[in-house]
Amino acid sequence: MEITVNGEPRAATAGLSLAQAVALVTNAETGVAAAVNGDVIRRAAWEATQLSDGDQVEVLTAVQGG
Amino acid sequence: MDDPLVIAGEAFSSRLIMGTGGAPSLDVLGRALAASGTELTTVAMRRVDPAATGSVLDLLKDHGIRVLPNTAGCFTAVEAVRVAKLAREALGTAWVKLEVIADERTLLPDPLELLTAAEQLVADGFTVLPYTNDDPVLARHLEQAGCAAVMPLGSPIGSGLGIRNQHNIELIVESAGVPVILDAGIGTASDAAIAMELGCAGVLLATSVTRARSPELMAEAMRLAVSAGRLACLAGRVPRRKLALASSPPVE
Repeated sequence: MEITVNGEPRAATAGLSLAQAVALVTNAETGVAAAVNGDVIRRAAWEATQLSDGDQVEVLTAVQGG
Repeated sequence: MDDPLVIAGEAFSSRLIMGTGGAPSLDVLGRALAASGTELTTVAMRRVDPAATGSVLDLLKDHGIRVLPNTAGCFTAVEAVRVAKLAREALGTAWVKLEVIADERTLLPDPLELLTAAEQLVADGFTVLPYTNDDPVLARHLEQAGCAAVMPLGSPIGSGLGIRNQHNIELIVESAGVPVILDAGIGTASDAAIAMELGCAGVLLATSVTRARSPELMAEAMRLAVSAGRLACLAGRVPRRKLALASSPPVE
């Protein structure tokens, strides 16, 4: 299957968890949040959240701004 | 003098809220933040950059400064609510500087989307600090929606044009039951002092410090200006007069 992480298409094995998808772009333990298809998923649920083909994953953190 | 800024029941001894955008490096930013005396500082939420080095979050933690995530870059209520929720997850704070802008050219707030987003976030338990136009009616609506403060602009973000409509800021201050924080448009220290003299409870600024020739010096200037303006506001300025009023006794 193919998913998108922060706008970049990525080939993924079926059953990939959100935690594994996030780990593709960061290994930060804190300060990071993720959404799947626009829905914010709590960190505690990342392991149990299985991604599906076509899912759009966004992984955000704080940067200088405002 | 013990005169804290109180927002949603939380007290801050500094009335200067800083932004972190525009600084040439984290090192320069850190020294400016320290010189400003700020206790609350905004950050933006963006996609993680695997190549990024250093973290603004670590910098704020090292300085003991509380983080205030913003929703900068959002054009709709839907986007802003999503970013606020992401920020709450990532940073463990339900406080948000709510920004919903209308267009890139002016970066002016979109009043309709802003109010919609504020209502939704308040209902979801957020402490909402909205960046708003210098419109007394919109400020009232935001307060009635349950916002913890209102943050009218002095002039467009990054413009350094100061407070273009002081009368409107005074009107907002007069009727607000929540802190009014002048947000955006500050160019130099006197602008920050004027905001406080007009009765604002605080000032939020970034560009005027981070893009100054010496951010550290300007941050100190802003700290002093906010304090001076606050004291002047509490002291009460003399009325403006058309003609002179002798300050020495008449000659016998």
